[in-house]
Amino acid sequence: MTPLTPMADRPLLTIEDVEIAFSSPDEADIVAVRQVDLTLTPGKTLCLVGESGCGKSVTARAVLRLLDHNATISRGRILFTPPGEETVDIATLKPDSLAMRKIRGNKVSMIFQEPMSSLSPVHTIGDQIDEMIILHEGLKPKQARERTVSLLDQVGIPGPRERADAYPFQLSGGLRQRAMIAMALACTPNLLIADEPTTALDVTTQAQILDLLKKLQDDYGMAMLFITHDLGVVAEIADDVAVMYLGDVVEQGNVFDVFRAPRHPYTQALLRSIPTMARKADRQRLSPIKGTVPSAKDRPEGCAFTSRCPYAFEPCAGIRPERTRVGEGHTARCHLLTQNAPVAEAMA
Amino acid sequence: MLRFLTGRLFSMVVTIWAVSFVAFAIIQLPPGDYLTTYLATISAQGERADPRAIEALRQQYGLGQPYLVQYWKWITGIVLHGDFGRSFEWNAPVTELIWGRLGNSILLEGLAVVVMWFVALPIGVYAAVRKYSLGDYLATIFGFLGLAVPNFLFALVLMYLGYVWFGTTLGGLFSPEFENARWSLPRIWDFFSHAWAPIVVLATAGTAQLIRIMRANLLDELKKPYVTTARSKGLPEWKVILKYPVRVALNPLVSTIGWLLPTLVSSSVIVSVVMNLPTAGPMLLRSLTSQDMYLAGAIIMLLGVLTVIGTLISDLILAWIDPRIRYGGN
Repeated sequence: MTPLTPMADRPLLTIEDVEIAFSSPDEADIVAVRQVDLTLTPGKTLCLVGESGCGKSVTARAVLRLLDHNATISRGRILFTPPGEETVDIATLKPDSLAMRKIRGNKVSMIFQEPMSSLSPVHTIGDQIDEMIILHEGLKPKQARERTVSLLDQVGIPGPRERADAYPFQLSGGLRQRAMIAMALACTPNLLIADEPTTALDVTTQAQILDLLKKLQDDYGMAMLFITHDLGVVAEIADDVAVMYLGDVVEQGNVFDVFRAPRHPYTQALLRSIPTMARKADRQRLSPIKGTVPSAKDRPEGCAFTSRCPYAFEPCAGIRPERTRVGEGHTARCHLLTQNAPVAEAMA
Repeated sequence: MLRFLTGRLFSMVVTIWAVSFVAFAIIQLPPGDYLTTYLATISAQGERADPRAIEALRQQYGLGQPYLVQYWKWITGIVLHGDFGRSFEWNAPVTELIWGRLGNSILLEGLAVVVMWFVALPIGVYAAVRKYSLGDYLATIFGFLGLAVPNFLFALVLMYLGYVWFGTTLGGLFSPEFENARWSLPRIWDFFSHAWAPIVVLATAGTAQLIRIMRANLLDELKKPYVTTARSKGLPEWKVILKYPVRVALNPLVSTIGWLLPTLVSSSVIVSVVMNLPTAGPMLLRSLTSQDMYLAGAIIMLLGVLTVIGTLISDLILAWIDPRIRYGGN
């Protein structure tokens, strides 16, 4: 563990060894998230990357306790420390409790993937943003509307006063996502969770939204948990990156360290499978990761990546690898890092 | 909005005209007319009708003339003089007969609809939010019971129990002394002390259906991402549910208001006969069997008009609550 740091660098949110299980009436429980440790600091962006179904979104929703009724946080702590306040363990709060609702939207807010379906079709954009300001800050509707208009202006929506009276279906995808961002920022949160906010947008709009988020983060100084499966987006926006595979965070660290010297075989394989622009003579065949992601039910007891890992050896399938420090704020979970294996040198 | 309204009013007029045309065709369909039925009844009783009087009636109503001529006489009478013709059987103008009956129908069935919505919507919302809970199963069981038990049977059971337990006869809408009195507080009280039973009977089947529809609609909406967004804002759960998914789930229900009334009128015929209610249903049935064409025609046509007006109302409410419909054209 990193030593205690002075106030300014105190982590805003620490997720410690969290496990999330989904129950169903006619099947065994499915452990969608098995071991997740994450640390978020004010003003920094942590990107959570991984394939579809690896538990990224579930982890993010757990922070706001927005999981379905059949999901439970079966182990671990989610420690949230807003500046100048006591630390609360979000994992122990009741989802619909007042304490949780005071955090939602106010201290931690969220942007979702689908800007069309994530906004109510029958309420105006302005109404949906006003509501949050009135709820958390107790402003009068008129004052709230003024704030809404300036927020819409800030996220680059032209004609904000008129657009506040527009319904979501009257706006383009990019504008809708901007409205969504304005809503998330309405109460100046300490943490913004962005769950694939650019996936449903075209590439040009995507770049604009990323720029906007970076600029707003500089203005507001909030921490950001950014979920994506696009490594290009990670390179663009992240300070830190955490790589998830089938419910486990396998590697976390500074984005430069992780991209330059990945230490977990999954991260290495992931980075090798990105196509690069090169002259014809220099081109190499892409090397995809062999096999497919097993279902959470068939996950090995040990390291989840065992079935597809080219370096797998005896302890991998049975024993869960420890979180190992491999550099300044850079950790990975892999037996190769702790045990002397024949291939350890080849990997390093 | 104005264009929407004028367009709707115009198509309403056309629809009502079409309804009147078809309604008249339907009551003309059975072979013969009221006079042949009348003559048959009289001669069965061994009497002789005055051929000249019969001939005069035939002339007056244009019976035996081509369909279009008869229709023209009928419809111009309605449009120009508000005259729906004469009921042969009751020997009185149709207008005198139907308004009271139709008024009773609308009052009774309107109240049944109100009861239905007030009971069904909260239960439907509860059943969807607490899916597969004990309450959901109870609502489902009672819902299906209400749906499966025929209305007239339920009416009979209610009348029997009312007699056994309270010693009152449930039937009719008024006590004899209030039958033809003007509306006053005691009369309203008397009305409700009679009307609760038919209202309950009429509302049960519809309530069950409405609970199922509301539950299904809301279950679809509860899964939508905008509900999660509303939760992520920090709203209390009940407010999230009522303000967002319930609001959207109501749309399909509102669009059914239009045909609620005619369905209730036609489905309540047997209940009205069983409980001796002075509503339009039994009168329509009787006029059809005795080929009392002008009375039957008037009731059928007014039911059509009610449907069209109901549809207009539901369209207006729909446009009011759903901006996607309001702005759809532009």
